[in-house]
Amino acid sequence: MRFAVLVFPGTWSDWDCVYALEDQGQTAERVWHREADLDGFDGVILPGGFSYGDHLRCGAIARFSPVMSALERFAATGKPVFGSCNGFQILCEAGLLPGVLLRNETLQFRCQPQELTVERADTGFTNVCDDGQVVQLPISHGEGQYFAEPSVLDELEDAGRVLFRYRGQNPNGSLRDIAGIMNPMGNVLGMMPHPERASDELLGGTDGNYIWRSIIEHWG
Amino acid sequence: MTRYPPPADAPPANIDDEVLAQIALSQDEYELASERLGRAPSDVELGMIGALWSEHCGYKHSRPLFHHFPTEDERILTTLGEENAGAISIGGGWVAVMKIESHNHPSAIEPYEGAATGVGGIVRDIFAMGAQPIALLDSLRFGPLEDRRNRRLCTGVVAGIGGYGNCLGIPTVGGELLIGESYSGNPLVNAMCLGIAPQGSLISATAGPPGTLLMIVGADTGRDGLHGATFASVELDEASAERRPAVQVGNPFLEKSLMDACVGLVRDHRDWLEGLQDCGAAGITSSTVEMAERAGSGLRIQTQNVPRRESGMTPYEVMLSESQERMIAAVKPEHVGDVEAWFEHWDLHAEVIGEVTDDGIARVFDGEDEVAAAPVSVMTNPPAYTPYAERDSDAAARAAGDPSELDDLKPTEANEALLQLLASPNIASKRWVYRQYDHMVGTNTVVTPGSDAAVLRVRGLKQGLAVCTDGPGRAVELDPYVGAARAVAEAARNVACSGARPVAVTDCLNFANPERAPIYFQLSESIRGMADACRAFNTPVVSGNASLYNESEDGPVTPTPVVGMLGIISDVRQAVRMAFRDEGDEVWLLGAGLNQEAASLGGSEYLAVRHGKSAGPVAIDLKAETALIEVLVEASEAGLLKSAHDCSDGGLAVALAESAIAGEVGVSIDRPVSGRLNAALFGEAGGRAVVSLDPSQAERLAELASKNGLPATRIGTVASDRLSIAAIELPLTEAAETWTSALPSLLDG
Repeated sequence: MRFAVLVFPGTWSDWDCVYALEDQGQTAERVWHREADLDGFDGVILPGGFSYGDHLRCGAIARFSPVMSALERFAATGKPVFGSCNGFQILCEAGLLPGVLLRNETLQFRCQPQELTVERADTGFTNVCDDGQVVQLPISHGEGQYFAEPSVLDELEDAGRVLFRYRGQNPNGSLRDIAGIMNPMGNVLGMMPHPERASDELLGGTDGNYIWRSIIEHWG
Repeated sequence: MTRYPPPADAPPANIDDEVLAQIALSQDEYELASERLGRAPSDVELGMIGALWSEHCGYKHSRPLFHHFPTEDERILTTLGEENAGAISIGGGWVAVMKIESHNHPSAIEPYEGAATGVGGIVRDIFAMGAQPIALLDSLRFGPLEDRRNRRLCTGVVAGIGGYGNCLGIPTVGGELLIGESYSGNPLVNAMCLGIAPQGSLISATAGPPGTLLMIVGADTGRDGLHGATFASVELDEASAERRPAVQVGNPFLEKSLMDACVGLVRDHRDWLEGLQDCGAAGITSSTVEMAERAGSGLRIQTQNVPRRESGMTPYEVMLSESQERMIAAVKPEHVGDVEAWFEHWDLHAEVIGEVTDDGIARVFDGEDEVAAAPVSVMTNPPAYTPYAERDSDAAARAAGDPSELDDLKPTEANEALLQLLASPNIASKRWVYRQYDHMVGTNTVVTPGSDAAVLRVRGLKQGLAVCTDGPGRAVELDPYVGAARAVAEAARNVACSGARPVAVTDCLNFANPERAPIYFQLSESIRGMADACRAFNTPVVSGNASLYNESEDGPVTPTPVVGMLGIISDVRQAVRMAFRDEGDEVWLLGAGLNQEAASLGGSEYLAVRHGKSAGPVAIDLKAETALIEVLVEASEAGLLKSAHDCSDGGLAVALAESAIAGEVGVSIDRPVSGRLNAALFGEAGGRAVVSLDPSQAERLAELASKNGLPATRIGTVASDRLSIAAIELPLTEAAETWTSALPSLLDG
């Protein structure tokens, strides 16, 4: 597959995502935020970072970048869009996913390995996992507390759109321990943890590869 | 239009002491400057000279001592002090670039921004050379955390380092946090950055030939940070809080764009540039004048072309502003448009503010008015001082103290003593700190914070890099020569415990007012001690920073030379960690054996925690230290070791406990202790490390040690879920809980 890895001013997980996808035998290209089309790509990654320095709110300025209109059109075609960390925040700000990410309950940045449960294994992003499987992915954020109205949370749960939950101690105060959610069409996933940081045995873990391999399995 | 300078025969104007105090020049120095200029300096010249002659920029008291340092070997690509950072060849066509720098005084009065801009400054030093920053480390010292003021400083500094570093996408992978009474009013915040670049791709901080244009890029210039270099060169007092405007405010987002743009520019279009330099202390003044000095040229700056964020700024303020996130590029005239367009991609504005000339004079214009015209050589050659040195009698008396006069630890108190030490903030887990730092971004952090050194891979390269910082202040206070040598030895041991051969040092010299004899003694002896140790380990000093005048109303800080060490692992996949791994593995003590003399408690954490003393003799045996390094490196390369951890603060018992806690598996020491229990468990004799290995490898380890003339003793096994170390008998969980919860309970409480 040929992936676009979107780069905003302040994005910093772009290369990490490129390398993780290349290690899976895929093609990945960094695409600057001023690009206005995403034609020819089979998938889009929104990596972590501090786009525009998190000015106003995380992701609040990035959503106005030219590439975001192209992203909306891309998402509507049903091809996969995956945002992690700041990418998740941008997807929420852009309205491609519901809810917002608030400052961590502790008011401190948290960088640590984190256990997650895979809530569903029958999606485009989790199909190589088992239902209820426990995976370990690093988190690294100051604003990862997922918040949405109770009715929105109920809707997410009822539709099976919560794909990942924090296991053990909730690191940021996210409602219902939510770590990652999907859109109704099942082709846009946003999550706070960083799968690209758990894609290499040398760095102590490869659970992130479940996500890349699922995407390739489903859409490749 | 007014012309400067006035006629050469004009007598030096009367100068107000207050004016001099503001720029921290003495009356003698003012007269020297006037004499060299042949006239009284103009206001702008005086400000520029004051900044460049400040201790912070001019190293007036430390420079005459630097000749002690070994600075060269076949790996080292830069000359000490000539560039923004030191460069070391690491093989495989790659170069590492590193430097450490202090931001002590700003952090004392504005902890968040002070620490944040300290990170920003050191990162710019690395990318000013065209290298990609890949890791940050922070060496921190605070007063006792029971004091609310110190807690505020500590939490603010940690948040500031995270707030800035996390936003840049550079992992913060290591450092230290140590607590001592003397740092109460004057915390130490030293930031180190490591970068990498392909060999042959670095750029110099030079101005280039006459006709080269000087462009400023990045932040607009404001009044922030005015006199920052000066402020860093005087003691802190109750009026220091009024210096808050001398602390800059950081914008890490801007720095991230600036970094990406500069690294890319040097990588792809190095031919457009003559040189690149960051605007650090003393702002445009030091960056441009130092560039001209390296090129042996002069320069003209038009202050009206400098983009500003405030109106009504005087040329003096423009030249001395320390606004952050600015770089000076020396650009070939035909590529000015290219450079502008390059930065525009990142929404950055580059503006021509001056040009390089051939007359050796630094000229500053405010429109038509020439407001400064002084020879570059005058500005960049501050006087150098060698004050009288004399050892402090109190420290000498304490160093002569004999720990054997203290009662030995009773076996029944051994558990309690270990728990007390594990709860000491100097030994306790630093997870509270490093989990607030992104230490994984870049996906190169092979060994994350918490081990002896951090290990990084360089993608595509078999070799890995190990980095750490060390600065045992207490030992330096007791004996500056030995203590500073121990700082180097401890840093070398830490990278060697990861399997890396130590190759180069960057140092940050944190001392009090060197004009006083005991302080100058500490400074000069420390440099000698570091230099001799660096020679023994073949680790030249490639870069560094001297931060003097670290004192507050409470007195001088403990002398704290901090050593940043780089090591190279021949195969990064063989990096060793401190955690014990498998039950049944043998535990060996490398270096001096289990039973120790009371003297090994000199300057120890044990004496500080149990007896409230900073006393006793401190010693170093460089031959034994180098033998240990050799054995650790060779044993790792041969794949013999499952874990390695050096014995430093808290001695053998603490080293064993830390390896056990990290590995979540117990340890049982079966070798009997005779003689003093306190020295065996908690003595801090140098040159020792605890390693674990599969029993099948024990013979090879013993041979390796014997070949290098290093004692090696099998002392026990990795076993069960308990710590059984001589008289210590504790469930591992209890020790782990104490070690893990100490800092959070002090800082989150």
